[in-house]
Amino acid sequence: MSGTWITTRAWLLMLPLLIVMVAVIGWPLADTVHLSFTDAKLVGTSGSYVGFDNYVRLVTGNAFGRTLYTTTFFALVVVTTEMCLGVLAALLLKQQFRGRTLLRALMILPWALPTVVNATLWRLIYNPEYGALNAALTQLGILSDYRSWLGEPGTALTALIVADCWKNFPLVALIALAALQAVPRDVIAASYVDGANAFSRFRFVTLPYLAGPLMVALVLRTIEAFKVFDIIWVMTRGGPANSTRTMSILVYQEAFSFQRAGSGASLALIVTLIITVLAVAYGTAVRKVAGSAA
Amino acid sequence: MERQSPLFRLFLHVAALLLAAIILAPLLWLFVMSISPAADLAAKPLRWWPETMDFSRYAALLSSVENSAGAAFTASLRNSLMVAGMATIAAVSLAVPAGWAVSRTPSVGWSLSLVIGTYMLPPVALAVPLYMALAKFGLLNNVFGLALVYLTILAPFTTWLMKSGFDGIPREIEQAAVIDGASLWQTLRIITLPLAMPVVATSALFAFLLGWDEFFYALLFTSDQRAKTLTVAIADLAGGRVSDYGLIATAGVLAALPPVLVGLVMQRALISGLTAGGVKG
Repeated sequence: MSGTWITTRAWLLMLPLLIVMVAVIGWPLADTVHLSFTDAKLVGTSGSYVGFDNYVRLVTGNAFGRTLYTTTFFALVVVTTEMCLGVLAALLLKQQFRGRTLLRALMILPWALPTVVNATLWRLIYNPEYGALNAALTQLGILSDYRSWLGEPGTALTALIVADCWKNFPLVALIALAALQAVPRDVIAASYVDGANAFSRFRFVTLPYLAGPLMVALVLRTIEAFKVFDIIWVMTRGGPANSTRTMSILVYQEAFSFQRAGSGASLALIVTLIITVLAVAYGTAVRKVAGSAA
Repeated sequence: MERQSPLFRLFLHVAALLLAAIILAPLLWLFVMSISPAADLAAKPLRWWPETMDFSRYAALLSSVENSAGAAFTASLRNSLMVAGMATIAAVSLAVPAGWAVSRTPSVGWSLSLVIGTYMLPPVALAVPLYMALAKFGLLNNVFGLALVYLTILAPFTTWLMKSGFDGIPREIEQAAVIDGASLWQTLRIITLPLAMPVVATSALFAFLLGWDEFFYALLFTSDQRAKTLTVAIADLAGGRVSDYGLIATAGVLAALPPVLVGLVMQRALISGLTAGGVKG
């Protein structure tokens, strides 16, 4: 069989997938680019060409800066917290103790819980009148009056961050645990012989094995955190007073609540651009880490 | 290895208990809310365990009496099953040939990277044109339209899993069959596909869970019982004026049950699937 035929055959087998991908991703993305230069409405008028007006108006408007800040803050805090908690939990789950197998199995539960159910559950926990958090804190004497955790701009974002971390740190823990189990026993044994203490054993023996998988988890979680929509929509819809409004929520409001398809598209592309830059920067870092660990 | 000192062992057990409590407390509370009488949930101080367990909400939600909460819930359950099911079948059908082609022909691999790269795209970047297109073809508020849209998420993911799966099947086995006179089609049907069945099953399961979990597109593109999925129905309950929080919790438990069971049973496959990308860098 000739090389050209093998390549042609490969393309033929990929054709159905590629056609579908162009239809449901490629074309819509191109159309989003087109829409972003128009003042099209979601329903009715197809809009006329306005150049970079949408972009200029959005970037100079006051919602954009604040929303970008909120999104970055959210992403930074949840990803950092999930990484730290995940690695700590993995180190614990690597130790010998009774019930370890059961605890490892439990870690899958928050991951498996649908995002919307998780958001609903925490919304109920934070409920200002009947919520479990208020009840627990009052009964323990920590809090004297019930508070509206999701209703006050000062606490809403933190409450969301806790809910998101609870769902996602176990996954980081499981990935880190799988990586820990790949560390060869004799390398660990050698570090004992060499007299390394617990910290330097973690830093110089274990961490290099963790670095690759953790970097991948870091990239994926950062991208997801930047795209976040579901949990925020269900818990606060971006409120109160826009204190939990992230980029995806802002795009939703612009394009679907206010029906401004054109400027919604511009905003969506700005988000896409930011995520692409992040992913490329991270990708370079991943390759570097993978190269140095190998 | 050094022996664990008693103090360290104590610390380990305390930490393990703490971790177990953090994981389990919110989940247990969801279940407790679902079986507590409404009065208990509104009581101050809050009652943490009901005097009498009340499973009536499960029966109410799963009943199909017309115009009841149950009718809306079972409709959304059916829609979720249909949309996630159809999208899964379509995604796997596309992914198996494409995954095999990329696995055996590295020169076309860049196209798969392009497909997987779409993971970075926030759904909001596709939502407006997809909305307009679905409206044009009369597919808004339609399970088929929504399943088609779900391919944007499911197809790249399953193709990536299938490609990794085929990478694990030595191509020498295929070559041996070809030398023995089997045609390529026979080789794939008799040798490769049976060996790949576990990966196909895992990919399908993950794809189904992704579809089951999806919320954003379902929120945008569905509006009533004809197509609304479970996630949208639950968000409606949570955001609406339902006075019985136990009912919301019950809907949550029912929606969480299938993925939680799958997660527990499939844990090993899940972790190896998730770490495959990490190990290969």
